[in-house]
Amino acid sequence: MPELNPETDRALADAFRGEWGRIVASLIRLTGDWDLAEECAQDAFTAAVQRWPHDGVPKRPGAWLTTVARNRALDRVRRHATEERKLIEVAAELARDPDEPAFPEIQDDRLCLIFTCCHPALPLEGRVALTLRTLAGLSTAEIARAFLVPEATMAKRLVRNKNKIRDARITFQVPSPHRLPERTAGVLAVIYLLFNEGYGASAGAALIRRDLCAEAIRLARLVVHLMPEDNEARGLLALMLLQDARRAARVDEAGELVNLEEQDRSRWDHDEIDQGLQELAAARHDQRPGAYCLQATIAACHATAGQASATNWTRIAELYRQLQRLTPSPIVELNRAVAVAMAEGPEAGLELVGALEETGALDGYYLLPATRADLRRRLGRRAEAAADCRAALNLVRTDSERRYLVRRLAAIWHEDVPEGAKMGKATDDNGGAVLRQTPAITDPPRYGDGSP
Amino acid sequence: MKYMMLICVDEVGRRRQVERRSREEAAETMRRMGAWLSSVDGRRVRLHGGELQPVSSATTVRQRDGQLLVTDGPFAETKEQIAGYDVIDCANLDEAIEVASRHPVAQWGSIELRPFVDDQPALPMRRGR
Repeated sequence: MPELNPETDRALADAFRGEWGRIVASLIRLTGDWDLAEECAQDAFTAAVQRWPHDGVPKRPGAWLTTVARNRALDRVRRHATEERKLIEVAAELARDPDEPAFPEIQDDRLCLIFTCCHPALPLEGRVALTLRTLAGLSTAEIARAFLVPEATMAKRLVRNKNKIRDARITFQVPSPHRLPERTAGVLAVIYLLFNEGYGASAGAALIRRDLCAEAIRLARLVVHLMPEDNEARGLLALMLLQDARRAARVDEAGELVNLEEQDRSRWDHDEIDQGLQELAAARHDQRPGAYCLQATIAACHATAGQASATNWTRIAELYRQLQRLTPSPIVELNRAVAVAMAEGPEAGLELVGALEETGALDGYYLLPATRADLRRRLGRRAEAAADCRAALNLVRTDSERRYLVRRLAAIWHEDVPEGAKMGKATDDNGGAVLRQTPAITDPPRYGDGSP
Repeated sequence: MKYMMLICVDEVGRRRQVERRSREEAAETMRRMGAWLSSVDGRRVRLHGGELQPVSSATTVRQRDGQLLVTDGPFAETKEQIAGYDVIDCANLDEAIEVASRHPVAQWGSIELRPFVDDQPALPMRRGR
């Protein structure tokens, strides 16, 4: 039994995080066999766990792992190759020194892998599962837990999707330039979906699953690294960093949801905020901002306000207006209503909420009545606010959200309405808890087929 | 890799469109169909194909429990029905998608791409091959 010490552990963990995707991607390209690639990568890491505690961590862990994985793949291909020609080709590739470029590689293996995993011909749930398995190295069990399905279901899902790739001949490549914009949007949508799964669970008791957020951020960093010219990739990375920075303050000690206004901003991760702001700044500003860049700018407005009262709501309302023009959605419009209410007063917000309700587009979405409850409460219309709260309660999806609304319902009847609210001004509710959350920042825009 | 392209159209909707369209639009559609055919036949991408008569001309045949069942109409009552087919030979799915995307009917109908069962075992997928 090898002795484990913290340094070796850390080296192993770092190597896994940093190298898994690269090794799997390279083996898929070389052998065309996804299962073989995963198994050989797994073998290499198992070997590392056994050898490094004894032999020490190698100077170049990545090269060590890659060599072991490739040798293993070569072994297996030799034993099972039915065609001599295939064997010679594959063996030659595998035997090449991984550090020596044969000819300029115009397509990074990991980039090929991301685009293949996120191919539109695969169902969305399959894209997510494959991305987590092959790029992030999560085990089938871990992915199953993250999406609240039995492990056997997730295992079948992975098999089905790999089979589709093989049977329909989805090739391992970066899309051609004229298809790149829409395919990249598809990749970013998968990454953001992962983040939102982790940030606000779609079902069940837990509100935040940190590991998925961290994986999503890592994947976005990879995409930004491999496609530095893509503004939206950078915008998405900035957005996720800025949201993730709030995680510690978003849930209190009792595990209850704390909305943006009430959050203790000293508990925000200011390093992460800085990183997010840097990424946003690095995005090119000679073009009209895309949806992720706009959302990131909104998140930046919140992140740079030292206190809730310092928030530049007028700017936020304007940004939501741009976002609504770019990617029209009732959720975006709801958030615009909230921002307008903060900038111009609850009645202005209520008008927009009312118009939204007429369209019926948000029927069944709890944040619509919840928002209306808050605006009415601020105008002193308590009975209506309470009715809205109860309507919202019928629609919530997680226990945290349910408890939060129940508390709000109680608070409506127990607190005094501030002077300013009675006058219909946009008040700064010092000490008066505000019902409203900022919806859009936790809810993904609908892309693709929209099925989770 | 051979793919079946099933050209699917909502016949009723299409009929209405056709009634309303101008002579220029009709000519344009014909031209684009011709252009698509030249491009795929020229590169030997399209092996064969054809347009089918409307579903009113369809007959469905089944044998169940030793009995022959012959019914009027298509095998399934769906809004969109198969209106034609092409068998294409492409290196990979992305190429097949490009071919299908340029077919005029993609503008108003749906084109299903389904790979044929290979006679040979699948070769490893390599970039561009």
